[in-house]
Amino acid sequence: MLIKKRESWHLSENEVTDEAAYLSRRNFIRSAGAAIGASSIVGATGALQAASERSLLPLQYAKTAFDPGETLTPYEAVTQYNNYYEFGTGKGDPAEHAWRLEPKPWSVTVEGLVDKPGTYAFEDLVDMKNLEERIYRLRCVEAWSMVIPWIGVPLSSILRKLGPKPEAKYVAFETLADRNQMRGLRSFFKVLDWPYVEGLRMDEAMNDLTFMAVGLYGKELPNQNGAPLRLVVPWKYGFKSIKSIVNIRFTDTMPKTSWGRSAPSEYGFYSNVNPNVDHPRWSQRSERRIGEFGKRQTLMFNGYEEQVAHLYKDMDLKRNY
Amino acid sequence: MPLLSVQNLRRYGKPLVFAASLIPFLWLVHEWWQAFAGLPNGLGFNPNETSNRFSGDWALRFLLVSLALTPLSRILKSPKPILFRRMTGLFAYFYVWVHLVSYLWLDLMFDWPTLWADILKRIYITVGMTAFVLLTPLAITSTKGWIKRMGAKRWQKLHKAVYVIAPLAVIHFFMMRKGFQTEPLVYGAIFVLLMILRLKALPWGARKKKRA
Repeated sequence: MLIKKRESWHLSENEVTDEAAYLSRRNFIRSAGAAIGASSIVGATGALQAASERSLLPLQYAKTAFDPGETLTPYEAVTQYNNYYEFGTGKGDPAEHAWRLEPKPWSVTVEGLVDKPGTYAFEDLVDMKNLEERIYRLRCVEAWSMVIPWIGVPLSSILRKLGPKPEAKYVAFETLADRNQMRGLRSFFKVLDWPYVEGLRMDEAMNDLTFMAVGLYGKELPNQNGAPLRLVVPWKYGFKSIKSIVNIRFTDTMPKTSWGRSAPSEYGFYSNVNPNVDHPRWSQRSERRIGEFGKRQTLMFNGYEEQVAHLYKDMDLKRNY
Repeated sequence: MPLLSVQNLRRYGKPLVFAASLIPFLWLVHEWWQAFAGLPNGLGFNPNETSNRFSGDWALRFLLVSLALTPLSRILKSPKPILFRRMTGLFAYFYVWVHLVSYLWLDLMFDWPTLWADILKRIYITVGMTAFVLLTPLAITSTKGWIKRMGAKRWQKLHKAVYVIAPLAVIHFFMMRKGFQTEPLVYGAIFVLLMILRLKALPWGARKKKRA
């Protein structure tokens, strides 16, 4: 295979900013400014961001009832304050370096206990004609949170298409691990054991809340948010919502997740948001909503108790953290 | 008179270094001022996290600089770096306080029971607090009066506690990060290097030769 090394100045035609987007850039910055004004302590770095980002196509989607009715976290914060260690461990690293990721074309391999294994093009996996918007809270294990309008499809719609066998008890996901595109993989000490692996129990994966996002704020996903497709599991800590997925594997054994392998006592397989079970190094009782000064109480299952508590009915959540 | 004479360093060098050492603190205060006024600022999207990390970074940096001055003076065969040792040590302690206030105020909102629970329960906070507690007597006894009162030998013995404090600070930093991160290890490596430079076996480490 010929691997083309792309220099920073090798721009392809599809990276040329769309004329309409170019002409409306001031509107973008102005609206960014308004959002910043609304949440007084968020910094203004909108201009910097526009420079480093590929042009993101607007998506057609249906509005849904999934909306907690809370103030949305500004677009700048959602796209510039990220944990995506493949691009560096600093919160600003992904926004700065993820432009090297090439989300088009994209394919996902499907394997394991499934009727239709194989390699799927992104378009064959995600029904772009049936996109919906879901506004979810996102609670990071580091005790900060956001409210994000995602665009995508229920994960169950994808999994049904693939036909998991009855023996499949879990589904595991893998993030792309490409040293050329992801500078975090080239660090001297390995932060984590790449590729990044996450997983869900089959019933968790089929739950109506579990979402495969391909966009946010009405447009395609920016690279730093996990383009072109990422999981969103709103009742679990953010690291469960794996980004830039290249592999889906159905299995009958509990997948070994990256964080679980790195620190088993800190990151369990379930990692449900739970104010009563502390992370060994900090309390999970409260959280800081990005853009707010004070702290909020963390809600059981991140406020989605009604929809998911039944999944863990007879489980000791202190042991199954 | 040479530019870097002891006299000049005392008269101009010290105030200059003092003012420079305050820059990170003044920046932090200024950015918070901007933030509260709703103006653009450099604190990013999680200002509390930024403050905690920024103040901790500077505390550790000043601590390492203060540890670098003794080997530096030996290597240069000049007492001049020592002129700045107390000041940098005290600035390390000052930034530890900024770090503490940042954590206590911005993170805990002065919730004292939670602080106590954190100290007992979270090992990285236990380690950090231990370093802070150990550094306090060193800061207090940094004056000439205290050296006299304690006697130079006992004073030096007490101040050797810094060889425990600095690694504790590095461990605190390493433990606070998720995954296996390089940055705290760089600070750790600098500390180890500074310790190696102190070895008596090194050319500049030898005691004054007795005259034949």
